[in-house]
Amino acid sequence: MVMTFSYYPGCTLKTKAKELDKYARASAEALGIELKELEAWQCCGACYPQSKDEIATRLSSVRALNDAAREGGVLVTLCSACHHVITRVNRDMALKPEIADKANRYLEIDYHGTTEVLHYLTMLRDRVGFDVIKSKVVNPLKGRKIGAYYGCMLLRPSKEMGFDDPENPTIMEDFIRAIGATPVVYQMRNECCGGYVAMKDKAQAKKNVSRVLDNAKNCGAEELITACPLCLYNLNENGDKAMPVTYFTELLAEALGVKEA
Amino acid sequence: MQRIGVFVCWCGSNIAATVDVERVAQVMKNEPGVVFSTDYQYMCSEAGQAIIRNAIAEHKLTGIVVCSCSPRMHEATFRKTAQRAGLNPYMVEIANIREQCSWIHKDKEEGTEKAIVLARAALAKVMLNAPLIAGQSSVTKRALVIGGGIAGIQSALDIADAGYEVDIVEKEPTIGGKMSKLDKTFPTLDCSACILTPKMVDAAQNEKITLYTYSEVEEVKGFVGNFNVKIRRKARYVKEDVCTGCGACMQKCPSKKGLNEFNLGLNKRTAIYIPFAQAIPNVAVIDATQCIKIKNNKCGLCDTVCAAKAIDYNQQDEFIEREYGAIVMATGFNPIKLDKFNEYSYAECPDVITSLELERIMNAAGPTGGKLVKMSNGEHPHDITFIQCVGSRDISGRGKCYCSKICCMYTAKHAMLIRDKYPDVNVHVFYIDVRTPGKNFDEFYRRAVEEYSVDYIKGQVGKVYPEGDHLVVQGVDMLANEQIIHKTDMVVLATAIEPDPTARKIASMLTASIDTNDFITEAHPKLRPVESPTAGIFLSGVCQGPKDIPETVAQAGAAAVKVLGLLSKDKLVTNPCVSQSNELLCNGCSMCQNVCPYGAIGYEDKLINDHGIRETRRVAVVNEALCQGCGACTVTCPSGAMDLKGFTNKQIMAEVDAICK
Repeated sequence: MVMTFSYYPGCTLKTKAKELDKYARASAEALGIELKELEAWQCCGACYPQSKDEIATRLSSVRALNDAAREGGVLVTLCSACHHVITRVNRDMALKPEIADKANRYLEIDYHGTTEVLHYLTMLRDRVGFDVIKSKVVNPLKGRKIGAYYGCMLLRPSKEMGFDDPENPTIMEDFIRAIGATPVVYQMRNECCGGYVAMKDKAQAKKNVSRVLDNAKNCGAEELITACPLCLYNLNENGDKAMPVTYFTELLAEALGVKEA
Repeated sequence: MQRIGVFVCWCGSNIAATVDVERVAQVMKNEPGVVFSTDYQYMCSEAGQAIIRNAIAEHKLTGIVVCSCSPRMHEATFRKTAQRAGLNPYMVEIANIREQCSWIHKDKEEGTEKAIVLARAALAKVMLNAPLIAGQSSVTKRALVIGGGIAGIQSALDIADAGYEVDIVEKEPTIGGKMSKLDKTFPTLDCSACILTPKMVDAAQNEKITLYTYSEVEEVKGFVGNFNVKIRRKARYVKEDVCTGCGACMQKCPSKKGLNEFNLGLNKRTAIYIPFAQAIPNVAVIDATQCIKIKNNKCGLCDTVCAAKAIDYNQQDEFIEREYGAIVMATGFNPIKLDKFNEYSYAECPDVITSLELERIMNAAGPTGGKLVKMSNGEHPHDITFIQCVGSRDISGRGKCYCSKICCMYTAKHAMLIRDKYPDVNVHVFYIDVRTPGKNFDEFYRRAVEEYSVDYIKGQVGKVYPEGDHLVVQGVDMLANEQIIHKTDMVVLATAIEPDPTARKIASMLTASIDTNDFITEAHPKLRPVESPTAGIFLSGVCQGPKDIPETVAQAGAAAVKVLGLLSKDKLVTNPCVSQSNELLCNGCSMCQNVCPYGAIGYEDKLINDHGIRETRRVAVVNEALCQGCGACTVTCPSGAMDLKGFTNKQIMAEVDAICK
């Protein structure tokens, strides 16, 4: 049976991070999932607005959430930043009437956070099942020592994101096991890559990145995977490029034998 | 016809700022039944009480309404005032226009309206009041202390010294509590065992004190002066009165893999064990989950070597019942569990330890013989990092919102002791604030910084993780505004403390109130800090709130004095507000008996004359000595036969009517 979910790719996946999107779609198809891209999505806003009275930058997320609500009530995200923003805005719509009221009146809709925002990884675990993925792997990545790089956006603030244990996450390691490779647990996997600081203070970003990469290497990782375009950018551009960093969807596609398709 | 006086208190500005007290007095003056009404700045003061007394005499008042603070604060005060003026004390009603009125309202108009309504309700009630006469109950001249740490020991010693019998119930096999685990004590750095163990011996040898160790309170019945307590004496599998504490059994026991609780699991102990060398009583106990004989009916070596023949593998839990006049809660504390604080890698790294574990490591009788070593490999550490407020002052919801109070001082102590004994070891302390109020306390902390060069860093730690054979601490120096990534050999976590998990269970048995953090609530935070609002229950030590040893001992003594005040009385005045059954209405259904928490209701077959019909009926009878006036029976009774003196159904309905009018 084919499962159908609304899908929100986000801007970066149409430009810099095309691989993240491409392999996600190919893998989903192989796993019997139809990702239905929302018809009229716009940029999520990229940063979750910290000021309580800022409504405008939340509106495009609200619109996407409302569209998804009318098409089955589940919205699959992939980019860490989009997932972060959309999840938190969704929570605002459910729990903060002062924000929900204004946004609803502005958009002339009646939406109160009912859509379930599902990250692609969570979809793999909870809707497909890692054991099912394991059974569908045709090209197990045997012997590859892979470190998961979570970054911050998926995990924190943990109470709002509810993604995984922020100090000791396991979902990506379980994913790595499912595609037949060996996960390498290293302590810096949930530390910040530097994020947007890279624009302003390259030295700081380099410091952050080298701590992540050094720690991963010391713990025995030979390559890293991530779900975040910005993390991938920082790890590659501000590191020494000795450690290959790829999107997790690319390895999934490889394991499922659909990478070249 | 009742002649009522109304007295409206300003409580300084506490009431007067948001309630127009003059208007309340004016309005009340025009209420039917009121013959006198006035307001005054402090009605509870001598001058205020004089106004009440004079008015009672002058206007021949039959009842009074005092509009003031909560009755829990000053009802007793104003009842005495009325009594001095010759009025029955139960002809006094309090309208609480402070706690749930002036303190919560901002708008004066609203506050005043509400105060008037509350005053009218009290007036409606007092119009129906009848004089009540208090009875008397006896006092069992023996106290129970629950918990045998320093708090319980001190309370028991003080009570026994005054000549009263006192029992200590301790759930562990030995008394001594947390203090017995400590190495040195601040701010004088004297050895904890040297000052505690003599007190433990005193408690054991005092003929007025009975120790029930390895025992737990199972059930509490009765009330102030007359508690009946069931105590479970857990099976030790060793006859307490026969064992000589020679320790031969421990040497022969082949089951050596139990975690040593006294050393917080840092090393192992045998299945039969004496918790530590100075344990009181110095008697062995068998861990039934570990003993090969009890589990598999093999072995039996300890029985073979025991010269005193004290081993009894078939021992069962025993129950004893004792009567007490007063109960002291001294149930103590535990460090919180760290399973929600994964960032410190406590579960994964043996070199990340808690402060209490460090006490055992520093202690000459501890698992390392007092040598400071890394628990991972036994090597000498060169750099130690302390992290304060682990789970204390926590707003993330994982720990405790309160300050654990003792950690700043013991961390300074640890830092200083380590620098003193091992000058080659660098010591760092991450702190949010250093809080060291107390006699000679701040001087103590400054000594750590100034004389012992302990490196205090203002900031918190975000992550601790192993790298190679050392640990990395990632934190922030808030004064330098920079991130710190620091290599260290050991990390010591100043873990928040919380009330012992048994406190909640025992408090509910005692009907003693408890706060959201499971600390036992005191009757008044300033004026009655060692008493529970439940009569006859007293508080000693950390069960009431975080405190250090000097404070605990002071509070233990204060609790003992309160106990003595109670035990020295031959009779207690009982509350006359007790239930009574209207025999004409009672249909003998037993529902009131089922809900009565005090076992105060019985049934008798009585000859009833019901409007000319004479017949024998089964009717409820209240034992006034046992009834505590809770009112559960009055709301349960389907026929309306049960009524509470002083709070009759008619009075309550009159209050409701007055409010709804």
